[in-house]
Amino acid sequence: MELRYTPQQQAFRAEVRAWLADHVPAEPLEHFDATRAGFEAHRAWEATLKSGDWGMVTWPREYGGRGLDLIEWLIFEEEYYRAGAPGRVNQNGIFLLGPTLIEFGTSEQKARFLPPMASGEEIWAQAWSEPQAGSDLAAVRATASRAGDGGQDGYLLNGHKIWSSRAVFADWAFGLFREPGSERHKGLSLIFFPLDAPGVTVNPIRKINGHVGFAEIFLENVRVPAFNRLGDEGQGWHICMATAGFERGLMLRSPARYQVAASRLSALWQAHRASADPALEAEVVRAYMNADAYALSIYMTASKLIAGAKIGPEASTNKIFWSELDIQLHRTALAILGPLAEMLPEPGEHAWLDDYIFALAGPIYAGSNEIQRNIIAERMLGLPR
Amino acid sequence: MDFTLSDEQRMFADTAKALFGRTCTPEHWRRQMESGAAHDPERWQAIVDNGLTVMLLPEQSGGLGLAEVDFMLIAEAAGYCCLPEPLVESAAVAAPMLAAMLPQAEVLGDPGARIAIGHPVNPFVTDAPTAAVLLLHHEGDAYLVDPQDVRLTPRTSIDPFRRLFVVEWTPARSRRLGAADWDLALDRAALFAAAQGLGLAQRAVDLAVTYAKEREQFGKPIGSYQAVKHLLASAQVGIEFARPVVFAAAADICHRDLPARARVSHAKIVALEAADQAARTSIQVHGAMGYSWEVDVHLLLKRTLALTHSWGTPGFHRTRVAERLFTRPCGPDQTFARETEYA
Repeated sequence: MELRYTPQQQAFRAEVRAWLADHVPAEPLEHFDATRAGFEAHRAWEATLKSGDWGMVTWPREYGGRGLDLIEWLIFEEEYYRAGAPGRVNQNGIFLLGPTLIEFGTSEQKARFLPPMASGEEIWAQAWSEPQAGSDLAAVRATASRAGDGGQDGYLLNGHKIWSSRAVFADWAFGLFREPGSERHKGLSLIFFPLDAPGVTVNPIRKINGHVGFAEIFLENVRVPAFNRLGDEGQGWHICMATAGFERGLMLRSPARYQVAASRLSALWQAHRASADPALEAEVVRAYMNADAYALSIYMTASKLIAGAKIGPEASTNKIFWSELDIQLHRTALAILGPLAEMLPEPGEHAWLDDYIFALAGPIYAGSNEIQRNIIAERMLGLPR
Repeated sequence: MDFTLSDEQRMFADTAKALFGRTCTPEHWRRQMESGAAHDPERWQAIVDNGLTVMLLPEQSGGLGLAEVDFMLIAEAAGYCCLPEPLVESAAVAAPMLAAMLPQAEVLGDPGARIAIGHPVNPFVTDAPTAAVLLLHHEGDAYLVDPQDVRLTPRTSIDPFRRLFVVEWTPARSRRLGAADWDLALDRAALFAAAQGLGLAQRAVDLAVTYAKEREQFGKPIGSYQAVKHLLASAQVGIEFARPVVFAAAADICHRDLPARARVSHAKIVALEAADQAARTSIQVHGAMGYSWEVDVHLLLKRTLALTHSWGTPGFHRTRVAERLFTRPCGPDQTFARETEYA
């Protein structure tokens, strides 16, 4: 156990910090889920990141990365959040599909899809859930039928996907489709499709914050080549669970995000301490401890992965912890603001309210916390189904 | 930057787990509770024979010269088995403190000798009559005192294995060792209380899981119901996010700065909260059985209660975390930062 950065890691931090200081936009960009302009501004930022080779530092160089390890990724993320850099509009691609492609994709697929993912030229949405398949994901009904004799012409996709984040403005989606007639976990495949392909209809869905951040997707005889299938036919559930492991276990929510928020909360408390309920100090300290514990836990997970372990069901504990800490932190901020809490922020003020509303989604997306608790109980603790 | 444990650390931990697992079973608890014996001489001898009492002593005092991070898993294993003997307080708090002041102290030559410590943060001295010597506090100084030379008034703890004493003594007639590092003793004790908390918590969850798989209601094991699953999953989440803090606190403690002290305090707060949540959950999952003397969970609850409020209350420790939060830089680049690097 050695909880110190190496000189190389410190030099890397300095390099990231210097580059970000020179490049992060002075004014925050409009949210990528708010308007097409906001989305495209974030795409342009991804291109800027790529110009410095910062698209996804853990990927191999040949695919647009830097070939660095997870500790360096964490350092990058820490500096990224510290600098207040724009949100990653392509997070479904770079954090979820990317690592899955690296594990399950052919070299041709990696060469085709990873570089434009790292540069933001192709921005991805997730198409997993369906109206009848939410927590019960194995209930998906959307189908991939083989096209042509023996399937040499690829697949025809049909079905109805929903709650797809970024799908309104994104270029591609990866979805779970089943062989007609198959049931539950069998016969599923993970297939990519362009969101502008003939037969694809995207309808925006407004969220409680007013943004059109997610969408429902209708697919009607959408033709895609077999090249767009990741892994073997019928391997979709297995691959999907690996993606969910990356999502819950490590990459979706950087600890740095919560550490920045906890620091901001501490400053808010110190500014309002004279007038706020003194009991709130314990909640501020709690938020800081939670963010710190999450960071330490992710460093611990990264150490295990670097030593050769795989992400297991304990990934589900992460998802519960970060989603609940986010809500506790932002509820505390609103309590400190007191009668000002309901007020939408003036220009230049921090949008505590937006962050609070966003935090409320945490226990729902990426697998509801109830499902995570089932996974912990059944797969970590061994309780019967 | 690496959280993985060395082979040697794992080996020591495995030794301790096997030893406690063999010599400190629920049957042993029961026998000791019935006989009223605070300690089991055979078990203590096995602990001594395996070197667990000298891990944190420097080599010049006949010890192994190991660090807190090496002992952390031993303390966790002691918590898991609700160890009655004061291994942690004697070998990991009092003995290293004495060795720092008096490396050649006679008592340190006997690895089986127990040292009891009277720290100003605690109202009681545990296991005073069976200790070879007492290390007592008076106006910042430490005194080395023979238990024969003090007046001991027993107080009864709810934990049947903890022996509490109020000590009355006369500093003027005792051996003064000089100014002592009471803060380090507190930090070590808080850290190892946290590590014990991890063990207590996991034992409580494990007992409940075993029961929930066996006990049937409405024709199914109760562990198949989500209401029960979710209680236990939540308890496990508490453990998972206390463990990295305990590990980091053990690695940091040697720095002796405010971030290190705050992390020890953080560990003490959350590990014992995890233990408290797990013990209460375990009682709930056991139902009426959990409220009975017959089921062992209450021993874990009682040990957790004792450790939560000794060696600094949660409020005391929260104040130390608050001091770090409000007076030092915070943020994502500060997780492992040291005060010497702040300049």
